[in-house]
Amino acid sequence: MVDSVVLWRRLVGAQIRSQLQYRTSFVLDACSAFLISFIDFLAVLVIFHNTKRLGVWSIREVAFLYAMSSISFALTDLLVGHFDQFPQKVRDGNFDILLVRPRGTLFQVIGSDFQLRRLGKALQGVLVLVYAVGSLTIPWDAGRIAMLVVMIPAAIVIFGSVWTVGSCLSFWTTDGGEFTNAFTYGGNFLAQYPIDIFSSWLRRFLAYIVPLAFVCYFPSLYILDKPDPLGLPRLLEFSSPVVAVVSLCIAGLVWRFAVRHYRSAGG
Amino acid sequence: MKAVRLDWEIAKRGWRRHAAYPWATAAGVFTNTIFGFIQAYILLAVFHNRPHVGNYDASDAVTYVWLAQALIMTVYAFGWTELALRIRDGSIATDLSRPLDPQRYWLAFDLGRAPYHLIFRGVLPFLVGALLFQLRYPSPLDLVAFFVSVVLAVVVSLGFRFLYNSAAFWFVDIRGVVTLSLTVSLFFSGMILPLTFFPAWLRAIAHALPFASIVQTPIDVWLGKHHGAELVGILAVQAGWALVLLGLGRVTLRLGAKKLVIQGG
Repeated sequence: MVDSVVLWRRLVGAQIRSQLQYRTSFVLDACSAFLISFIDFLAVLVIFHNTKRLGVWSIREVAFLYAMSSISFALTDLLVGHFDQFPQKVRDGNFDILLVRPRGTLFQVIGSDFQLRRLGKALQGVLVLVYAVGSLTIPWDAGRIAMLVVMIPAAIVIFGSVWTVGSCLSFWTTDGGEFTNAFTYGGNFLAQYPIDIFSSWLRRFLAYIVPLAFVCYFPSLYILDKPDPLGLPRLLEFSSPVVAVVSLCIAGLVWRFAVRHYRSAGG
Repeated sequence: MKAVRLDWEIAKRGWRRHAAYPWATAAGVFTNTIFGFIQAYILLAVFHNRPHVGNYDASDAVTYVWLAQALIMTVYAFGWTELALRIRDGSIATDLSRPLDPQRYWLAFDLGRAPYHLIFRGVLPFLVGALLFQLRYPSPLDLVAFFVSVVLAVVVSLGFRFLYNSAAFWFVDIRGVVTLSLTVSLFFSGMILPLTFFPAWLRAIAHALPFASIVQTPIDVWLGKHHGAELVGILAVQAGWALVLLGLGRVTLRLGAKKLVIQGG
């Protein structure tokens, strides 16, 4: 375990050094990641130009959801990566190389995709969070601060697990890399909005099958001191860490099962 | 006549290139459908509080969402860098020495690709939307106009893509140019939200730019928002933008080719 952490740090360190070699390119990339994520938020503003409330949510509350989801998304993207090159590895058979190395395959996929420029998007999320927290009157206490600290790591684990399961489809569909987008960008888009605006079947699917509602929605209800418009048990508001651990275990199992179905392209 | 025959052959290759990856198509349909659901419910939540936004009612807005998802790949909204890559690796030199115009080649190729994406990436998500939501359907005349408008949208889109790809003549790394172009075009085309939802000043900016011709215009035609002379007018605006962008593309190509230096090998 300690050994893996040392190795991970070395892998990531090497990537950071190489990315900082082209300083201008790096700065431009980080800036464009930062600016582009504002388009997303501009969409939220345009929606609220037409309505005072989305369901029972005000623009400040949605901004809070948006910020927490964006920060978690960006950090997941930074730490876990986007599984972008991974379908390519499965397609051309280079996944073989990962199999013969004396480390877990998932560890290698995750450790080899660290892009520092993704911090640009996280920064944008932080700015929106500052706006949301500054304009809302949140009854801060120890419990709420603890929740704010815990919900981001939990969200990262949930996002990361969902993305891992989504990317496993690549083992069966060699050129189906775009499935991943539904889980990554789709998951983020969804977590940015309150789930009570979705119809009940979609909501159930999101809350219990793909646990995206635990990324932001439930913990935010507690922090914002908002009664659940769906009237679900309050216990759910505190369940994100447990959901995160369970999704992580499931993702690990699915990955293992999927790797066994890998057939090298050979040649 | 011979030239048209050549265009036809190139277009067939555009179709075939994408038909070769059925799983990629399935994955895309799945992703578009998921986004369609999310967007449809967000817009419906707005209509919960008011019956109209501009000249749209809830049915119009939901139809808009599913048509936009159907058009994403048809108009290649998420970018295309094939030309830029050919400029960067020098293959463009071969293209320029062929007895065939590169812009015309890509236009023909794209007009072969677009129908494949419209049928295989567009129809299925739209059917899912049609089964689960109350959508609006066009009159036969509007349907014909819609297809004309989609063809024009593809040409406008290619004209624009050709331009930002040409930046590769001047920059080694065009990632920044591409991301900026995509962001601006996605937002102002109406792909992210219908322009009808924009505040008046932002809508004015959007309508002064060519991007509305790529998404908003064809969908408005489907929804029957333009009639008679106005319909002809809006199609003419699309055709106008197509000509302007293709013209600019020609100029850029000529300027770029003049300064092109290929690393030998």
